[in-house]
Amino acid sequence: MSETILPVLLARFQFAFTVSFHFIFPAFTIGLASYLMVLEALWLKTGKGVYANLYRYWMKIFAVVFGMGVVSGIVMSYQFGTNWSVFSEKAGPIIGPLLAYEVLTAFFLEAGFLGVMLFGINKVGKVAHFIATLMVALGTLISATWIISVNSWMQTPSGFMLNAQGQFVPAGSWFHIIFSPSFPYRLVHTVIAAYLTTALAVGGVGAWHLLRDRTNLGVRKMFSMAMWMVAILAPIQILAGDQHGLNTLEHQPAKVLAMEGDYRPSPDGAPLVLFGFPSNKDAKVHAKVEIPHIGSLILKHDPTAALPGLTDFPRSEWPPVPIVFWSFRIMVGLGFAMLGLGLWSLFARYRKRLYSTPWLHRAAMVMGPAGFVAVIAGWVTTEVGRQPYTIYGHFLTAQSHSPLATPAVAASLAAFMLVYFATFGAGVYYMLKLMKRAPERHEPEPPNVPQRAAGITPASGIEPIPAE
Amino acid sequence: MSYDLNLTFIWAMIIAFAVFAYVVMDGFDLGIGILFPGFAVGDERDQAMNSIAPVWDGNETWLVMGGGGLLAAFPLAYAIILPATYPLVIAMLLGLIFRGVAFEFRWRDPRHRPIWDAAFTIGSFIATLAQGIMLGAILQGIKVVDNAYAGGWSDWLSPFSVLTGISLVIGYALLGASWLVAKTEGNAQAHARRMAFRLGIATLLVLIAVSVATPFLHQDYWQRWFKMPGVLLTAQVPLLSAIGFGLFFWALKTHRDRAPFFLVLGIFLLAYIGLGISMFPEIVPPSITIAQAAAPAQSQLFMLVGAVIIIPVILGYTGWAYWVFRGKVGTHGYH
Repeated sequence: MSETILPVLLARFQFAFTVSFHFIFPAFTIGLASYLMVLEALWLKTGKGVYANLYRYWMKIFAVVFGMGVVSGIVMSYQFGTNWSVFSEKAGPIIGPLLAYEVLTAFFLEAGFLGVMLFGINKVGKVAHFIATLMVALGTLISATWIISVNSWMQTPSGFMLNAQGQFVPAGSWFHIIFSPSFPYRLVHTVIAAYLTTALAVGGVGAWHLLRDRTNLGVRKMFSMAMWMVAILAPIQILAGDQHGLNTLEHQPAKVLAMEGDYRPSPDGAPLVLFGFPSNKDAKVHAKVEIPHIGSLILKHDPTAALPGLTDFPRSEWPPVPIVFWSFRIMVGLGFAMLGLGLWSLFARYRKRLYSTPWLHRAAMVMGPAGFVAVIAGWVTTEVGRQPYTIYGHFLTAQSHSPLATPAVAASLAAFMLVYFATFGAGVYYMLKLMKRAPERHEPEPPNVPQRAAGITPASGIEPIPAE
Repeated sequence: MSYDLNLTFIWAMIIAFAVFAYVVMDGFDLGIGILFPGFAVGDERDQAMNSIAPVWDGNETWLVMGGGGLLAAFPLAYAIILPATYPLVIAMLLGLIFRGVAFEFRWRDPRHRPIWDAAFTIGSFIATLAQGIMLGAILQGIKVVDNAYAGGWSDWLSPFSVLTGISLVIGYALLGASWLVAKTEGNAQAHARRMAFRLGIATLLVLIAVSVATPFLHQDYWQRWFKMPGVLLTAQVPLLSAIGFGLFFWALKTHRDRAPFFLVLGIFLLAYIGLGISMFPEIVPPSITIAQAAAPAQSQLFMLVGAVIIIPVILGYTGWAYWVFRGKVGTHGYH
């Protein structure tokens, strides 16, 4: 066993690295695709040029991000086989069909209509082009649904049995597999997270430009739309997160106890640990700051309800508590900061000072990347919290890996890191460069372009853009 | 066990179809990448790039379909082939990353365009070479013990797999060149036509080499090709291929625009059928058949319902997207 520890560790790190990098892109494209759909719908409905301009502005950014999402996503679909072949063989009959449905119903849809969306405005009618945008947006949501279904099944497996070869196979209806107990909560929480992430990014870009020029109509519009989204979604997300937490407590109690830092059982009600330094070795949280009874109030909606502690579980089933404890706090902290930003924007809007409160704009700018951080922190919480299992309660991470050779895993990990930082680093730089330019009344075409790549083009296809 | 032979056969056909769709569709994209340095900076390169920019993403999706379908319908094959070809898979993925981001990045950054053009070519070349070597590695056989890959991390490397790797690079380049004959005009088209001619000859030669070598890899392959009376059927494959090549060179000589591309598709299809004749019913030669690797019937049936309904729809809108961007790509893109 010991000679496999290093390659398995490397394989786990490789998966964590590639999936975290990948997740950043869809978290943005899910939201952006829907935003573009809304912008195009508003343009078609009102005929106002500001919407067409914003569409073209964000479409260029969407094209850059989507490309990175596609190529980093293909890596994921093959990594199951290269590094986690035993898991693939055992769980393939369950997760394989779900992933196949994701490809059939989502990936083809996105990719098939993306070309028309990006380059086809002059080739097809306005309505056909809108349908293409709609299909791309729909594809991103369908994709999220299937992949969250797969992940939820791994977290809270249901509807399966083991066959003679030790494979996980359907026990009866696929309904219980697709709709595993945590699926609805996880899906809602994740999709709202993607929308919030996008709203914060759009709002951050708008805020940056507002600080330079308050008169640009496009900038005002994007900032206003983004702040509406943040104000509406942040409180909903907090409620959705609370419900998801209750669901996790029911199905994966050890994960919640790790998030809370509750090593010892609390028969008279658990405190809310605000900060501290958890140590699995000592089975306690050092230097902790806590508020009595609030933990039970949050998790049981009753301040004196008893909660178990991690010590009620075998030590071999404890996730790495410090990681989960901190990533959870980062996510929740950012969530409340988002709520604060949303409320502030409502207040400023009420006072008719939405576009003339520089401190609000500075705050929105700082919060621009907050969604990405929160999404990754949330992902780390749920995935690390699932350890030591890949299929919770049934299949260990330590059983899941391929017959790995250390040189191959180490070299591929190094290659992934180099290539990801180089290519996606460049991509993020290009994205920021696009964001740095304020949207103009008529989006200029990039030089020499076959804009196709670069975005929707020439006015001939978009024509009547009434000057505002 | 609980697998169903008919379902299993249907799924083998669906995955074979997805892989073939990938090979020809991303094949011409990757081929254009391989040939890219041969095109003049500026107009020729822009035309070549624009001819595939709207469709490459859809084309590449067939690769995910092939991989995802394999995991779902034949999890054992997926779990053996990927560890066995580990470095090749990683190389292919990294190559596809460089190739994929170059589409967008080269327009975003004119100052560094040469770098992204180089990334486009190197990525396409590495991805293709890796796929070709993988093909050879599977054909020559994978060592399996107790339903798991039992070889080392470099067993895939052999003179035969290197031959198939080089062959696929040449073959994809031929697909790319003949696609450009159809989609470009002027200098770019003349250039593409010259390359298609040379690559046609090269493809013919490597195809003969691979075809001659393959039956000697395993006794089974030999039997499947040359046993009476099957040989009467299998012999049609090389015969039709010879006719295909003849027509292809004639179509180039008579300056037809689209015929060369479709004839290359036909040649690829015949080569693919030839591959099927060698391997069937094995999915991981020489030891694992499609029946042994099959997922339980419930899994295959559940997916089949979706596949039967959705694949025709996918083909429909994919066809529509190609139709939207039909005709010559033009110097200034799609205006």
